[in-house]
Amino acid sequence: MISVKNVRKSFGDVEVLKGIDLEVNQGEVLSVIGASGSGKSTLLYCINGLEPVQQGVIEVDGMSVHDKKTNLNHLRQKIGMVFQQWNAFPHLTTLENVALAPRKVKTLPKAEAEALAESQLKHVGLGDKMHLYPNALSGGQQQRLAIARALAMEPNYMLFDEATSALDPELVGEVLDTMRLLAEEGMTMIVVTHEMGFSRDVSDRVAFFHKGVIEEIGEPEQVFGQPSSEHLQKFLAKVR
Amino acid sequence: MTTVAVFGDLQPQDLLFLGEAALRTLLISSVAIATGSLAGIVFGWMMAAGNRTVQFAMNALLDIFRSVPLLIQLILFDAFVSIAGFPMPAFWSGTMVLSVYTSALVASVARGGIESVPASLRRASRSLGLSYWQDMRYVVWPVGLRSVFPSWVGVSLSVMKDSALVSVIGYIELLKASQILITRTAETFFILGIAGLFYFALSFPLSRAGQYVERRWQQS
Repeated sequence: MISVKNVRKSFGDVEVLKGIDLEVNQGEVLSVIGASGSGKSTLLYCINGLEPVQQGVIEVDGMSVHDKKTNLNHLRQKIGMVFQQWNAFPHLTTLENVALAPRKVKTLPKAEAEALAESQLKHVGLGDKMHLYPNALSGGQQQRLAIARALAMEPNYMLFDEATSALDPELVGEVLDTMRLLAEEGMTMIVVTHEMGFSRDVSDRVAFFHKGVIEEIGEPEQVFGQPSSEHLQKFLAKVR
Repeated sequence: MTTVAVFGDLQPQDLLFLGEAALRTLLISSVAIATGSLAGIVFGWMMAAGNRTVQFAMNALLDIFRSVPLLIQLILFDAFVSIAGFPMPAFWSGTMVLSVYTSALVASVARGGIESVPASLRRASRSLGLSYWQDMRYVVWPVGLRSVFPSWVGVSLSVMKDSALVSVIGYIELLKASQILITRTAETFFILGIAGLFYFALSFPLSRAGQYVERRWQQS
């Protein structure tokens, strides 16, 4: 379980998260929607400790992320993250990209790490691209590579930070399909997204961020069907 | 007459003398490039990753070594160690000055290499659980190296040629050897031509090896 309690986070003088409370249960898919700059992505960065918080507590499986005693490198193995930029390691083949962290972080033998990488690449439909370098892949393929790379660490949670925002429109579908597959397999996911259709179809719950607070949270039918907050109504009217 | 005059007063063993001097040029520049590069990578990392105080101090220090002509650094250092009571062979004082000078040049290159790796790529590698040093070793080093390798080759080639300045403190490398022969034989043009060929023979393999490595990387 991921639990976020009264989290406040500032960049300099700008407060980006103004007291966030949130719980995500095992097997749940939570999507996070809201305008740019509302703090959605920042929350993900805080959850795996890439950003410090000024106040509040985030716990992942009972481990406090920002406690100095927590081994973040260890904790991050439980939390896969996929970014807006694809971030493939340009000097490694697709297979090596996925096998790197299992080899170096989990210290698996090379053959074992590569077998794991191979199965994850097949999982996301890149079984025939294993020996290509990232620059030979399309954006959608590179983003699926990033998903396979995160999955190879066998995480309990997956965080998606606008994973399709930087893609050409015709490539969005293949990445969403891969994410949908993970959701069906029971992966616990927090998905920051601008894809309202995807959010509505796949999520168990949807959270609407507005200026650093969760203004509304609930099941997709309720959030998209009967939004009660005025800001959410305006937001949905704009993105539709 | 026991020796054959090849070209005026120039004798066959003089070529051997030049060849040995070329090896000395190779030796002093290799040592300086190796130690200077190692130190320069550490300095470059300090400039890229250190706090403001560290960055300011490193910049100021390296600026001195980059800005003061190497010739002056050599003479000052050699005089200083003699006055201070630790005179050392010209090879050692020359190597030390040349290494520090190289490290100042390599530091900028190394910092550029580290900064050329996008922050988002490093966040991605850390998010997989790689530690700071694993990220440095397996992501930042190979990615950064590819982007600044040509600059590093350039620094190395120029250090090899700059090593000629070590002659002012009495180390008999290629240029100094040429001057000695010129003084004796007055065959300025011919001897400098040969010295130039030696420098070319030393530089060319390095520059070709650099191109080869770059091409290998580009194919990936």
